[in-house]
Amino acid sequence: MYRSNVLVCGGTGCTSSNSELIISKLKEEITLRGLDKEVNVIRTGCFGLCALGPIMIVYPEGSFYSRVTPEDVPEIVEEHLLKGRIVKRLLYKETIVDDNTIKSLNQTPFYAKQHRVALRNCGVINPESIDEYIAVDGYSALGKVLTEMTPEQVIDIVKASGLRGRGGAGFPTGLKWSFAAKNQADQKYVCCNADEGDPGAFMDRSVLEGDPHCVLEAMAIAGYAIGSTQGYIYVRAEYPIAVKRLQIAINQAREYGLLGKNIFNTGFDFDIDLRLGAGAFVCGEETALMTSIEGKRGEPRPRPPFPALKGLFQKPTILNNVETYANITQIILNGPEWFASMGTEKSKGTKVFALGGKIEHTGLVEVPMGTTLREIVEEIGGGVPGGHKFKAAQTGGPSGGCIPASQLDIPIDYDNLLSIGAMMGSGGLIVMDDTNCMVDIAKFFLEFTVDESCGKCTPCRIGTRRLLEVLEKITSGNGTLDDIDRLEELCYYLKENSLCALGQTAPNPVLSTLKYFRDEYIAHVTEHRCPAGVCKALTNYHILEDKCRGCTLCARNCPVGAITGSVKVPHVIDTKKCIKCGACMEKCKFNAIIKK
Amino acid sequence: MQKRISNLPFKGTPEQKQKLDEVIKKHKQEKGAILPVLQEAQDIYGYLPAEVQSIIAEGLGVPLEEVYGVSTFYSQFSLTPKGKYNVSICLGTACYVKGAAAVLDRVSAVLGIQPEECTPDGKFSLTACRCVGACGLAPVLTVNGDVYGRMTPEEVDQVLAKYE
Repeated sequence: MYRSNVLVCGGTGCTSSNSELIISKLKEEITLRGLDKEVNVIRTGCFGLCALGPIMIVYPEGSFYSRVTPEDVPEIVEEHLLKGRIVKRLLYKETIVDDNTIKSLNQTPFYAKQHRVALRNCGVINPESIDEYIAVDGYSALGKVLTEMTPEQVIDIVKASGLRGRGGAGFPTGLKWSFAAKNQADQKYVCCNADEGDPGAFMDRSVLEGDPHCVLEAMAIAGYAIGSTQGYIYVRAEYPIAVKRLQIAINQAREYGLLGKNIFNTGFDFDIDLRLGAGAFVCGEETALMTSIEGKRGEPRPRPPFPALKGLFQKPTILNNVETYANITQIILNGPEWFASMGTEKSKGTKVFALGGKIEHTGLVEVPMGTTLREIVEEIGGGVPGGHKFKAAQTGGPSGGCIPASQLDIPIDYDNLLSIGAMMGSGGLIVMDDTNCMVDIAKFFLEFTVDESCGKCTPCRIGTRRLLEVLEKITSGNGTLDDIDRLEELCYYLKENSLCALGQTAPNPVLSTLKYFRDEYIAHVTEHRCPAGVCKALTNYHILEDKCRGCTLCARNCPVGAITGSVKVPHVIDTKKCIKCGACMEKCKFNAIIKK
Repeated sequence: MQKRISNLPFKGTPEQKQKLDEVIKKHKQEKGAILPVLQEAQDIYGYLPAEVQSIIAEGLGVPLEEVYGVSTFYSQFSLTPKGKYNVSICLGTACYVKGAAAVLDRVSAVLGIQPEECTPDGKFSLTACRCVGACGLAPVLTVNGDVYGRMTPEEVDQVLAKYE
């Protein structure tokens, strides 16, 4: 027993800001003071509040230290761990009640409205220890399933829970399993989609890094339910920490007999192998993912036949997303009624969102379905920083849409998001403010889909490129009103004719911005003006004569010598020479430089 | 993304060839071996020149066309050599809305190269990647795995200067 436990976040965000060095420094300082038998240092998964990383929590007090640097470590060890005095200057300010009291993290605005099911163990246990997972009821759901239930009962429970796929499309998970269970074959496969391709979503990575065993356990349960003995996890090679922890978890589970032959002495065999993705967005599509596991170009194939009949290596296969699996063990242990009691009529349970962009608390949040976007953005996320105004929230990544301020009060579930032209997607939620140009954002997503279109079907390969060209024409100031109409027409053509979901959903960023921010498109076309001042071809920098003091700072920082003027006399920008880098505006202390 | 193909002479060593042969032997019997073999080959050589792809095709007994098809499909594979320091700028959505494009422009201007290119002295190469998953630190720039978060164009020079 240790008298104190120090939890340090070892997720990708915190690791990127030096949490590994903090951990080694902590151990060093603790040993130096002879506290190594009393204080335990644990590297956990992601706490969710990435904006404040690197994060450290010291128990039993529950002190939540944020933005810790390696230089802070001796003070924390000396003051807190040795002398018992909390280091106030490093505490997360929302946890400070008054001079002598701190409140629990769960009472802060960021955590109070959250309900953690899929993320329950992230930031709580050491993901590299199977014993810690077992201590929080790990593998007891698998035990229950194998010893007390038939495969049909397992599928019925998953069906009754109302769980829908968390990868984006929202297909009922139980139904998917029942299709694969019905098809007879000498071999069936259970696959896990951990190829989180949506740029800006990182919930799957956090589950894999913070609680890898819960995915392995759920895959074994799925294997029992459909009659499969082999699972594959297709994980992005860009997630080295997740890959490493998954491999450790698989090895530990094999060693404990929780994967492999004759699990729990029931005669059930199941094993899991990793397959590394090589960076192709289209491989998030189920048939493309399976083609990629087969070692080929990850191109999708027409359905039917659906994977439940002919999937990986032409055998019946189920594919679920990481977050979907992360819910399974809890449904088995707590019952389907418990799960179905959360959420809305057609979308049960909780959903994890990766909050990013122009928001105070970037990070991971898990809320019951039906929570409004306003609660997520304003209450949990802390709103838009820097006094700027909220403009839109983008969900669903390159397949999703932009939701304007007028729709903020809509309860989030699969069907509501579709009805307003966005989609749940994997749960990336990027907030944009008044300095973001919506036409530019649409162009950004189209650049992405043009890059990622696999090229197999013509509507997507050529259509996305034509869409991008029209958007480039508009943002360079050469567009016409006809172009806007043509853009819209082409969007519907792509939606109806593309082979897979990539092409079918690629127009969504364009259509949703056209629907809610058409005035910005029109301003680009008719007034040759970018209202947000983002599109370079339509923006010029000017110096306001009455505000400029002639300090010469801008002229000295201009990389191309476009600014002229003598000391104490208002300066002038030569717009012909200006490359619109914005360096002058950043440097000006008098707010004398504007974009228009 | 259109792949740039290197026309620099191939400088593989016998040690590298030996390692590659071992990798091919290890995976030869597996279903879907091309992808893992290419991944490990890129670890050995740093990139995938045509010569290496030929060795793999012969070793696995598949047409070179198939190997080339896979290597050009996935963005992880590079057909051009990387510099001593590979500068990578995240162009994921979270980084983009926070100004990653301006950071990329600045790096490109300082180094005088475009994404997927390498400086003539072989010191720096530049890539634009999609999401390293550190969205809380956006915009993010990495140099050989060292992560620099909350970047501004002004800070670019300072960061690059560390690697001179």
